[in-house]
Amino acid sequence: MATMQSRNLARMMLFPSVVLLLAWMIVPLCMTLYFSFLDYNLLTPGSEEFIGFLNYEFFLTDPAFFASFFNTLLLVGGVLLITICGGIGLAILLDQAIWGRNYVRIMVLAPFFVMPTVSALVWKNMLMNPVNGLFAHFAIWIGVEPVDFFAQVPLLSIIIIVSWQWLPFAALILLTSIQSLDREQLEAADLDGAGPFSKFIYIVMPHLSRAITAVILIETIFLLSIFAEILVTTSGGPGYASTNLTYLIYTQSLLQFDVGGGSAGGIVAVIIANIVAIFLMRLIGKNLED
Amino acid sequence: MAMNNSNKSKIIYTALAWGISGMIFFPILWTLLTSFKTEAEAISANPSLFMFDWTLENYSDVLARSPYFNHFWNSVVISIGSSLLGLVIAIPAAWSMAFVQTKRTKHLLMWMLSTKMLPPVGVLIPIYLMFRDFSLLDTKLGLVIVMTLVNLPIMVWMLYTYFREIPHEILEASRMDGCSIAEEIFHVLLPLALPGIASTLLLNVILAWNEAFWTLILTAANAAPLTAFIASYSSPEGLFYAKLSAASVMAIVPILILGWFSQKQLVRGLSFGAVK
Repeated sequence: MATMQSRNLARMMLFPSVVLLLAWMIVPLCMTLYFSFLDYNLLTPGSEEFIGFLNYEFFLTDPAFFASFFNTLLLVGGVLLITICGGIGLAILLDQAIWGRNYVRIMVLAPFFVMPTVSALVWKNMLMNPVNGLFAHFAIWIGVEPVDFFAQVPLLSIIIIVSWQWLPFAALILLTSIQSLDREQLEAADLDGAGPFSKFIYIVMPHLSRAITAVILIETIFLLSIFAEILVTTSGGPGYASTNLTYLIYTQSLLQFDVGGGSAGGIVAVIIANIVAIFLMRLIGKNLED
Repeated sequence: MAMNNSNKSKIIYTALAWGISGMIFFPILWTLLTSFKTEAEAISANPSLFMFDWTLENYSDVLARSPYFNHFWNSVVISIGSSLLGLVIAIPAAWSMAFVQTKRTKHLLMWMLSTKMLPPVGVLIPIYLMFRDFSLLDTKLGLVIVMTLVNLPIMVWMLYTYFREIPHEILEASRMDGCSIAEEIFHVLLPLALPGIASTLLLNVILAWNEAFWTLILTAANAAPLTAFIASYSSPEGLFYAKLSAASVMAIVPILILGWFSQKQLVRGLSFGAVK
């Protein structure tokens, strides 16, 4: 239906967005790629020289890379597992007839709006601190040794904090999806004598699959680049125990000023994110078809 | 008997839901309460939920000792500025994708989404160096630009899903009546899509307010928004729980209230229309 004129106009109106996103993505990415082949340190400007794949060799054989690679996987996987299982449970619970559902919803949703630096610092100091934290007080009260969270289980502590931030999001999306479930289907299943478990497996879960896909996709995008929570709690430590790829590259480039090495790390992170993205885009692409 | 049973299950579910949601909300409630305690009470081994000497001292301390309002203003400028600028760029793009669809539209949408998946560390160094060379480091302008670009794909996607719901016929009718494209957009589309545009704006303000990668890396004292200001509490001196709580409350309350109002739109926006 569109005329030639409106087609041209449409192209013109797309232009700024596309150009800006291209510039934002392609130009710096090419620069990162270029830097990654240089011996380039901000402390010794002017002495850049081409060193081929040496930066990649150093980065990929560095034990810190393996540590942070697995930490990244654990962080993303752990948070996804907790938020999706917890989110499904919460969504089913909030879908029941309960008194004051609106207030419950507001409370559940609240952590999502708390900025990462605030939630990390509140958990680190007021809840998880081994001396003055509430968890330590509670442990002493019931007569067990308080856990020094960020010294003993740094990565798990960060997983807990980040899960707290993202659980509301998963719960809200899944709740919205459950509420669009066809009630007659459930009633029919009731009449056929289906138990709650088989109703869950055969009716609720298939209906939720699209929403779960969306949650996984969106959370993964954000979780791959977790940064503030690590910066203000453990600074990646002890050792590399809670360093993820984002944080490792940040320390290498902006704390050690090793532009070449940091850039090689950046390219590696982009490749890893792309591998994840390809899987996820296929999923959401399929969902867009329906 | 049946009535009785469903009442019983309602009581159980209500108790369970309030218990769990209370636990989820507890850290925020605790922060709010601690912000009204004295520092000594804040670390007390026998903490009291409500029975303590309420004080506003922490708030006045935070306001007196740090340029809190500067940081607050920076957050406002960066989040609202980038969201408005983003709308200006995203509305025309979403219009063309929603109403003048071609074979490439879907690919273009997917590509925009994929830019969101690029890890920021992949472009960290060039952006940092460009900011340094153009003297944009630690400026509000620099952060407005970055936040606009970071959230642009989400804005285009959200607006696209809203525009798609506006019946084509209305726009075509206006064109039949001799509206130019500009008139069509300003007088027909925008009023119809106003709720969608408002919630896009709201969600992006929230996202930009809470963004904590670029804001931490690209700012120092001048342009630091509240995210970066709060991060300065990570190396504390002496007793500071109550003051940390007061500063935290002041940083999160505006956005918490905005967020509660926009919870329905949030689902659609953040799920890219996959869940409605």
